[in-house]
Amino acid sequence: MKFSYFPGCSLKGMGGAYETSLIAVMEALSVQLEELDDWNCCGATAYMSVDESKAFTLAARNLAIAEKKTDDLLAPCAACFLVLQKTQKYIKDYPEVGRVVRESLRAGGYDYAGSTRIRHPLDVIVNDIGLDTIKKTVKHPLKGLKIAPYYGCQVVRPYATFDHQDYPVTMDNLLKALGADVVHYPLKTKCCGGSLTGTLPEVGARLSNILIREAKRQGADLITTLCPLCFFNLDSYQDKMEGPEKITMPITYFTQLMGLAFGMPSSKLGLKRHIIPILPILKERQVAIA
Amino acid sequence: MTEKKEEIRTGFYICHCGHNIGSVVDCPAVVEYVKGLPGIAVSRDYKYMCSDPGQELIAQDIREQKLNRIVVASCSPLLHEETFRKATSMGGLNPFYFQMVNIREHDSWVHTDKNAATEKAMDMARAAVARVRFHRALEKKKAPIHPDVLIVGAGIAGIHAALTLANAGKKVYLVEREPTIGGHMAMFDKTFPTLDCAACILTPKMSSVKNHPNITMWTYSEVTSVDGYVGNFTIKVRHKPRYIIEDLCVGCMACIDACVFKQKFEDEFNQGLSKRKPVYIPFPQATPQVVVIDPEQCLKLKTGKCKESCAEACDRKAIDFNQKETIEEIKVGTVIISTGFKSFDAKKLPQYGWGIYPNVYTALEIERLVNASGPTGGDVVMRDGKHPKRIGIIHCVGSRDESTNKWCSRVCCMYSLKLAHLLHEHSEAEIYNFYIDMRTPGKSYEEFYDRLLKEGVNFVRGRVAEITDWAMNKDEEDHLVIRVEDTLAGFVRRIPVDMVVLATGLEAREDAQDVRRLFNIGCGGEGFFMERHPKLAPVDTFTEGIFIAGACQGPKDIPDTVAQAGAAAAQCLALIDAGAIELEPNTAFIDEQSCSGCKSCISLCPYTAITFDAVKKKAVINEALCKGCGTCVGACPSSSIIQNLYEDDQIFTEIEEVLAHV
Repeated sequence: MKFSYFPGCSLKGMGGAYETSLIAVMEALSVQLEELDDWNCCGATAYMSVDESKAFTLAARNLAIAEKKTDDLLAPCAACFLVLQKTQKYIKDYPEVGRVVRESLRAGGYDYAGSTRIRHPLDVIVNDIGLDTIKKTVKHPLKGLKIAPYYGCQVVRPYATFDHQDYPVTMDNLLKALGADVVHYPLKTKCCGGSLTGTLPEVGARLSNILIREAKRQGADLITTLCPLCFFNLDSYQDKMEGPEKITMPITYFTQLMGLAFGMPSSKLGLKRHIIPILPILKERQVAIA
Repeated sequence: MTEKKEEIRTGFYICHCGHNIGSVVDCPAVVEYVKGLPGIAVSRDYKYMCSDPGQELIAQDIREQKLNRIVVASCSPLLHEETFRKATSMGGLNPFYFQMVNIREHDSWVHTDKNAATEKAMDMARAAVARVRFHRALEKKKAPIHPDVLIVGAGIAGIHAALTLANAGKKVYLVEREPTIGGHMAMFDKTFPTLDCAACILTPKMSSVKNHPNITMWTYSEVTSVDGYVGNFTIKVRHKPRYIIEDLCVGCMACIDACVFKQKFEDEFNQGLSKRKPVYIPFPQATPQVVVIDPEQCLKLKTGKCKESCAEACDRKAIDFNQKETIEEIKVGTVIISTGFKSFDAKKLPQYGWGIYPNVYTALEIERLVNASGPTGGDVVMRDGKHPKRIGIIHCVGSRDESTNKWCSRVCCMYSLKLAHLLHEHSEAEIYNFYIDMRTPGKSYEEFYDRLLKEGVNFVRGRVAEITDWAMNKDEEDHLVIRVEDTLAGFVRRIPVDMVVLATGLEAREDAQDVRRLFNIGCGGEGFFMERHPKLAPVDTFTEGIFIAGACQGPKDIPDTVAQAGAAAAQCLALIDAGAIELEPNTAFIDEQSCSGCKSCISLCPYTAITFDAVKKKAVINEALCKGCGTCVGACPSSSIIQNLYEDDQIFTEIEEVLAHV
């Protein structure tokens, strides 16, 4: 199995732990990742709201480069995943958008027929590789670790390509295959605050803190996510929490937990790149760390 | 085959069909164009050719203008071929000198470019005018109608149709897949809007079915094959083994008490709200009153090892572990399919929490829960053992929803009102209904809605977004919270409740497609069986002699289901009492001169209509069995098989002419 890998800005920056753990886990599963040559910013949601056709063209340049390589494009960041998919869909469904984008790409020496498949690693791991293979690869089951599975909004909405829009379970099943206890988490697709933490911090922080309190109430030891922005919001604003008791909740990427279960050394999993330290709860639950 | 010397005088008629055709196809232009075609004696347009004056126009022209061929360009032959054949006969001409052109479904309804549509109508008219020259006079054959009727599915539709026919003196085979008749209605507590008890009005009919001398009731049985045609169907029915000798069992249930198992298996009739043993009777009023053993659960049948205390307890020796399935063959003339519906699977909308939160119920579960003979004897106690103080009923779950089913299931608004009333009556809980639109068309239905409003039930307009146990504040803690946009008040509400009821919609049964293939009928896009005409033939199908009734044709309530069942029974009676039916003469026959006796056609015929005459060394087609599928015609290496209405020169001329334009 081989993919073109689109890291986007996050995985090269604050989401570094996501990248290192993803690459390590994929290698263990014999999935080849080849970083997309000369990739550019996906435009994220911000550019879309400023100038749609430029934003589509920006994102489509990545799809055009990937199309030449013919491998499916792996986009781990939830925002990249959504923006690339949206671009793909608009080019296909709205001929006028497609015409403008293709014309603009051609001016830069690119061509896009529209055939690139955009995949999320969670989908690939659970649906292509399969939970049986995952279970076989697990060396240290995450026994006793209580996890709140948090998907955020962008991976399942609006394009529910591989799971239900309101109540996804793909990551729940993956975590169970790793041996962890998955707690009931009713807020699994609710807003983490998104970019509001930057523009209206008091609103953004309140939203992300709601998620943490509920995870605690459901008895979770930690929250796992698949989106760098969710990770950042949840991990960074816990000191802004209001209310009588201060609680802290470690946040992880699902790929870090896979790496732990696969028995990989913590140096490969970015376990020290957390604001809320994760090692204490792992020790407390006696999770083996290689 | 044609009489070459006869002078062809064709009458051509194009129908405007009001605006249906006339607003897209330039009918007068087609009339002018056709006038120039060979053999045309008359070419006319008319607003409604199917109307009485339209038909009379054809008949009169045949008489006065000595027409000997008729072409009508109008709607689908399914709708009016028979009408125009009759008009042709009325004029004194053999009806098979008529050809129909469908310029509505095939042209005006599917095109917007008027010029192109008009040209297409001309092409199609030219092809038909050329083809009809080669038509021959044909005679319709008559086939007798076997007076017995098969009814598939014994819910209220099948039961009502069976009793209607049986009371008229006809013999009925009523086949039901489940161990008891009664269908969904037997599960209901009360019925809207009168609130009369479902069991009180249904069980007497169930017992009448069982005791009626004209009804053969087969439960735990399924139709496995259907052969033949209207009036002459041969049906095979598979009787699944109950492991009980039906004639001996009196339903005393001593075997159930004796069974070594605890009650541990899901009770289907109570929607899993209670448990039963492997040997069981679905419900106290089940008909027949005969137990059944589930072979997947019974220790003896699964492993062969059990002390068989059930058999010991049965003093009538009715238990037979060696029972095998049997196949029975019957002959009937007509069939009614009344296989009912399936409730929408609430698991498909996990945001509503069914299967996630124990106190979320489907409507069918509530029917059992409030039922006096249900798992709690009518006490509204939730899965967590508590009694609800506040209940939310959510409408349109799996209805009117792009992501699941687009259609309105028609019964949910009314049954939600009924359940609101019953739940309040049984629990004194405060009730909330969440609706998109209240749909209460029906006799005394709106009045029932009004009654519920006066009873103090709360109505919130808005599609519920989700059910969650995430508490935003103290009041919400330990409750299920219904989050909804109240579209009348104009804001998002969070309403904490103890119990949620999902008003699940109605769907076609999972195996509707298999049943469709078995009986050679059609399904609409949403999966329900398709009627021949939505207004004028609501219980007919596209296969003669096979009728549909009840919710298998589309969601409907009990009054509508019973009305359709009566209509389907009447359609059967009309055929039976006519005694015989005219058969379409589109059968194939062998040209004995050229048949080489190679037998290649014999094995190909799906209806085993072809045999071999060993003396003449020629193939022979049995006209009564031939369905006119054309398989043998295409396969015959010496072109010795000819099919009426589809002869080579008819088809080839038609193709040549329709393509002449290209």
